[in-house]
Formats: sequence, C-alpha cells, structure tokens
Amino acid sequence: MKTPRSGGAAALVAALTVGCAALGGGSSADQLAADMVKASFRSEGIAKVERVTGIDETLQACNAADVVGKPLDPAIAKRLEEANLKTVKWPSDGKFLGDWKQGEAIAQSGRGLTWTDAANTVNGGNCYNCHQISKEEISFGTLGPSLYNYGKLRGVADPGSTAARPVVEYTWGKIWNAKAYNACSNMPRSGHMGNLNEQQIRHLMALLLDPQSPVNK
Amino acid sequence: MRTVRTSLMLGVGLMAGSAAWAQKSTTEAIEEYRAMLADGNPAELFEAKGEELWKQRRGPKAASLERCDLGKGPGVVKGAFVELPRYFADTGKVQDLESRLVTCMERLQGFNAAEIAKTPFGRGEMANVTALATWIAAASKGMAFNLPQAHPMERTFYEAGKRMFFMRGGTHDFSCASCHGEEGKRIRLQELPNLTRSPGDGVGFAAWPAYRVSNGQMWSMQLRLNDCFRQQRFPYPEFGSDALTALSTYLGVNAKGAKSAAPTLKR
Repeated sequence: MKTPRSGGAAALVAALTVGCAALGGGSSADQLAADMVKASFRSEGIAKVERVTGIDETLQACNAADVVGKPLDPAIAKRLEEANLKTVKWPSDGKFLGDWKQGEAIAQSGRGLTWTDAANTVNGGNCYNCHQISKEEISFGTLGPSLYNYGKLRGVADPGSTAARPVVEYTWGKIWNAKAYNACSNMPRSGHMGNLNEQQIRHLMALLLDPQSPVNK
Repeated sequence: MRTVRTSLMLGVGLMAGSAAWAQKSTTEAIEEYRAMLADGNPAELFEAKGEELWKQRRGPKAASLERCDLGKGPGVVKGAFVELPRYFADTGKVQDLESRLVTCMERLQGFNAAEIAKTPFGRGEMANVTALATWIAAASKGMAFNLPQAHPMERTFYEAGKRMFFMRGGTHDFSCASCHGEEGKRIRLQELPNLTRSPGDGVGFAAWPAYRVSNGQMWSMQLRLNDCFRQQRFPYPEFGSDALTALSTYLGVNAKGAKSAAPTLKR
C-alpha cells in the first residue's frame, strides 16, 4: 500500500531481520520502533508530531524500563525526580488556593489538547478519569488513588497556616509536575506540560485542600 | 460524540457522567443502547454490506475480491481474522486485516491504495473497507486468536508493538499501558482490560470491529486505536502505518487463546 515512508520502514525491518532472526528486544527493536513512530504519525490540528518524536529524558527512561518490565534504577529515578522538581513554578503571588467550585469543574472536564480540539479550547484536568474526588460524583476512575477527604486526612484545618505548608507545597508540586515525586508516575505533569495554568491549579488546590470543599466534608 | 470527546482511552462507562449536561445524554444513550440490543446488533448490516462488496465486481478492473489472500490462501475468509496481523510474502510486509484488504483492493480491483488510506473513516472506500473487515471478522466469531509468530518480521513487529504500547508521550505523558497495563482498573466507570496479557474471550483485541451506539458508527480496529491515540493527545497515526500494525501484532499475540466476539456492540 503506499507511501515511500512506510516502504522505508519496511526496508529497515527487512534489513534488521537479516541475520537477526532471534531478535527478542534490545537496541535494534528500539531503533525500529523509533523509526516507526517517525514514519507513522503526522501532525493533525494542534497535535504536533513532536509530541511523540520529541519526548524528554524522563519519559524515555520510564518507557524503556516498562518495556523490559523492571522498575527504573533508583539512582536514575532520583536524578530525574530532582530535575522535574526544578521545573515546578510556585504561585507567582504566593497564593496557593483558589475557588473549589471552579476546581470541581476543572476536575470534571476532559477537554483540550487532542487533534479535534481547537487551540482556544479551555483545557480540563481529566482528574475524575483516574481519581475519586468528591463523594457526590460516582463516575470516577481508579487508575490513581482516591482523593476524597484529601486535606482532612492530612490534617489541613487551615491551608494558610505554617503547619499546613508542607502538604500545600507538595500538592502544588504534584499537580504541576507529578514526576518530581515519582519519576514514572502515571499522572500528567499538568503545569509543566502546559495543560493547566496557574489559576486553574489554584482552583484544583482549593478543591483538595479547602476545608469548605465537599472533598473534605 | 460528546462523551467520546471528553473521556480518555476507552471512554466513560454506560453510567458515566454526572455534570448536568451528562445526565441527559447518558440517559438517552442507555435508552438507545437498549433499543439497539432489542433489535440486534446493527453490525449485521455492515456484515451484509461487506459480504456483498467481497463478491461484487468493482473498481477500475471490475473484479471481485474473491481471490484476495488474507493469509490462509486466496479466497479463504473463515479463520483469517484470528491470525492477523501476519507477514505476507507478496508485499514483504506484516499487515493487519484492514491494510491487507486495501492491498487486495489495489491489486485485484485497481483502486488507489494511497487514496483509500487518506480517506477519513466512515467515508467512501474507507467505509467499504470497514464493512469488509466486519464481515471477515464475523466469519471467525468464536474462534481463538492464534497469530503466527514464525516469521522473523512477525516477531520483530511484536517487539516494536510492545514499545508502542509502553510509549508515554503527548501532553499528558500517557501510554497505552497507563490505562491497559494493570488488572481491575477503570476510567470513570468504564472497566479497562489489561492488554499486556489475554484479558479473556471477547474483550479488548477480541472485541473489535464493533458497532458503537454512542455515535452510530461501525468502528474498525484501526479506528479504535486511532481514537485511543487521539485521547492520549498523540499526533495522528496514519491508516495502515507500521506503528498501528505493530501495536495490533502485540495486542493480537497477547490475546492468544481468546475467542473472537467481533463484531460486537459497544456503548
């Protein structure tokens, strides 16, 4: 069928398989997969091909570890976590919490950033896809831990207090860049990758930490 | 389309959605779903169309597809689906059902394969490819998946497909494995099969093509994978591309022993 590009990939496969019948993994399969990705995906709308051809070191290391089915080397994991932590942008005005009602709407929304979304679509947080959050919403996913009673369970009575500061900072950092605390976390790096802006993250923070939020009732 | 657009990967469950707008559409969807069940699977209409297309003389060469070799010899349809993707010596490629059908349409009937590959799902000759795939899949209903892995390229595609499956990327760092790498997980209310192993009969790879009630369309495997990638926020995987074939090879080999239920009916 078709394009010179996939013909090129087929030729590469043929070249690789000559004298390589026992290929069970390793660098040649890695190279082939990388070439397939380059030849098989195209930019469409706002979804540019660099989203798969230009992934960073963190993802490359985690992907390779998953393929062999072993956890990341602890020293490498630590280095990557430190690098990701450095990318976290703290609230520009020092204010960590916004409006939990707006946070709930952001947590509900799965919109934005696909090739069928317009560039001006307001992105959602996709949070309920993976997490239980408020008790009222029964349609939640289980890919991530339950966040119901998130602040209450962590003893946050006043998010502005000094005592609450470590939890507040960790929560901000986790939403901004989840890989700062677990290099191969399945959670998106919402701030780091530009999925959510600072104000949206403030609203999600309120959903999780504001004592008035239904999450903490 | 709304629930499809707002969910990730395999979409939200039948009961999903609690925002005000979702309540109504969910109720409607369930009613529609039940009505469809009562009437039988609309995929049967696509099966009938596919069978007709297979036998009909069409294209610039006014030929039928009855000499198309889907891997078990010219014209053999039964059992072909549960052994695809596989290596084809005449093209020197590993091909899945859909890309193989397009090869046959080009070689036997004189259609332009590149043109078909560029045609959006559900339109023109691409809609015919989906109907043909539905009929061919149905001919293997109840048969166990058993993809060949004897040829080196078939094993190579499995290995490359495994890398596609575990490839985090896009704006959300999602891979196929983010949702389909563990047992007993769900997204919203939708249960997610673990596709690193055989999830069982009629689930995952063994459930497509499927008729989707929510958008009234017949979905081929390529469209299923395409929409997973869309919701992963990946760029667009070309129809018939090696990446999709490799991923299907990985999923198909992992599904070994699972009985095909395709075509199924999906929310």
